[in-house]
Amino acid sequence: MALFIFWPLIYSFRISFFDWNVIRPERSDWVGIANYVNALNHPVLKRAILNTFSYTLITVVGQMLLGVFVAVLLNQKVRGRTFFRVAYYLPVITSWVIVSLLFEYMFNGQGGLVNYLLKDILHITSENIQWMADPILTFVPIDLLGIWKGVGWTAIIVLSGLQTIPGQLYEAAEIDGAGKAARFLKITLPLLKPTLVFLVVVLSIGGLNAYISNSLITDGGNPLDQTHFILTYMYERTFTNLEFGYGAAISSMLTVFVFVFSVLQIKLLQKRNSG
Amino acid sequence: MTRRKRISNLLTYFLLVSGFLFVFVPFWYMVITAFKSQTYIFEIPPRLWPEEITFNNFVNVLTGENFGRFFVNSLFVAVISTICTVLISSMMAYAFARFEFVGKKVIYYLVLLGMMIPSVTLLIPQFLVVKSLDLVNTYRGLILIYITMNLSQQTFLLRGFFESIPTELEEAALMDGAGRWTIFTRIILPLSKPGLAAVMIFTFLYCWDEFALAQVLITDSSKRTLPIAIALYQAQHLTRWGLVFAASIISFIPVLLVFIIFQKQFTAGISTTGLKG
Repeated sequence: MALFIFWPLIYSFRISFFDWNVIRPERSDWVGIANYVNALNHPVLKRAILNTFSYTLITVVGQMLLGVFVAVLLNQKVRGRTFFRVAYYLPVITSWVIVSLLFEYMFNGQGGLVNYLLKDILHITSENIQWMADPILTFVPIDLLGIWKGVGWTAIIVLSGLQTIPGQLYEAAEIDGAGKAARFLKITLPLLKPTLVFLVVVLSIGGLNAYISNSLITDGGNPLDQTHFILTYMYERTFTNLEFGYGAAISSMLTVFVFVFSVLQIKLLQKRNSG
Repeated sequence: MTRRKRISNLLTYFLLVSGFLFVFVPFWYMVITAFKSQTYIFEIPPRLWPEEITFNNFVNVLTGENFGRFFVNSLFVAVISTICTVLISSMMAYAFARFEFVGKKVIYYLVLLGMMIPSVTLLIPQFLVVKSLDLVNTYRGLILIYITMNLSQQTFLLRGFFESIPTELEEAALMDGAGRWTIFTRIILPLSKPGLAAVMIFTFLYCWDEFALAQVLITDSSKRTLPIAIALYQAQHLTRWGLVFAASIISFIPVLLVFIIFQKQFTAGISTTGLKG
């Protein structure tokens, strides 16, 4: 593991200071922090950072709200609970490749299901929307997919948190005359806090590392390189243009950023396990 | 009171069913599309029930374009990686759970750290390592990386499992003269079946769906795994969505089977460890 995870990480960090020659590494030129400076000044990367952050924000909020909501619903004693739990989990286990293609098809500019709904059933628009041709609208399917795929997992984690809350607390509160909303705000939310914080951290890391959906739906940053995520851009520079040093610089910056989140995650995991 | 309860129950069902539709319709649409012939792919209005059902897409996928080969490639890589991961992580986890050794804490933190480092940022360095070992375009290279990517999580999961097994059992076995290895294979492993099942499921699913690494490490078209094959399939047959989804559905069947069979271990695994499936 040291060989495949830690050494590569350090190696990659080293590469990021070179104009790396993949074929003959010994001929690589030391360029100092030029890769970092170039990357940070590059408009496509700036846009990609913005895209990634907004995707992360939108999908984390969406998954959290819907996840908590679904978990509360599933926590009630209703028939068919197991069925709904399994059904909501289906998107989670489906491969990113499949669901990305599926969303691309549903949001198709000509006869897609979504355009049909908006135009012919709901009459919100008068023309088909060309989702993939617009640098902003492209993110509608990408963001929705991120939420759609993650709600099931979020809900299961929240549900396991809910089930550790003793029922007597609610009974006592009910006797004291607390309404449903008050019980949720005063008992459920505070007791769920560690779980919720844990989820926000994990989901944020997931959002920052989103790759497959964007790569397939935008087909490499189309239109006009405006729709990249950090990682799809890193991938393009590294493996298409073979600029390994440049790619490694992007990757190192993302790693440092995510690492800060990750330290948080370790702490939370330990708390969860001891609690 | 009962009336209010009934209304709230009704509301719950209403919301649950709406949510279900939100999740289900895309899947349904995918399945229906796979059974449509090309002429109906962009029909207006799009139908959620096809005029005529055709199996041609499935037949075409299964008979052409090396699909069977990609399926077998994926299966081979996923099964071997899963077996190796279970073997190695269970031994590591047992060592962490029961033995005292120098640097145990430091090594365990390294294991945890391995769990926290986002996989895609390792893409470049891992590619270079595999390249320097001359393993690009081999299953060995892919399998090696898949094992290392899963080892941390699974060791972490199993350590928790092993530690929950009471030590008295092992002490009794030791008194009877059993060696550590016997204890491990005869007592610890059989008692940890749910944990081992969870490890197997997660590792298998990871390997089955992994995209970014497979895309970089395998360039020989006959050695591709399914996710790559399907993505390229779509690129080659731009609008032949029926074919694309027929291929997707076939590749999803093993996942669905694993999920349905191990549903209990699955949800238990997720909620006790916070692993992302």
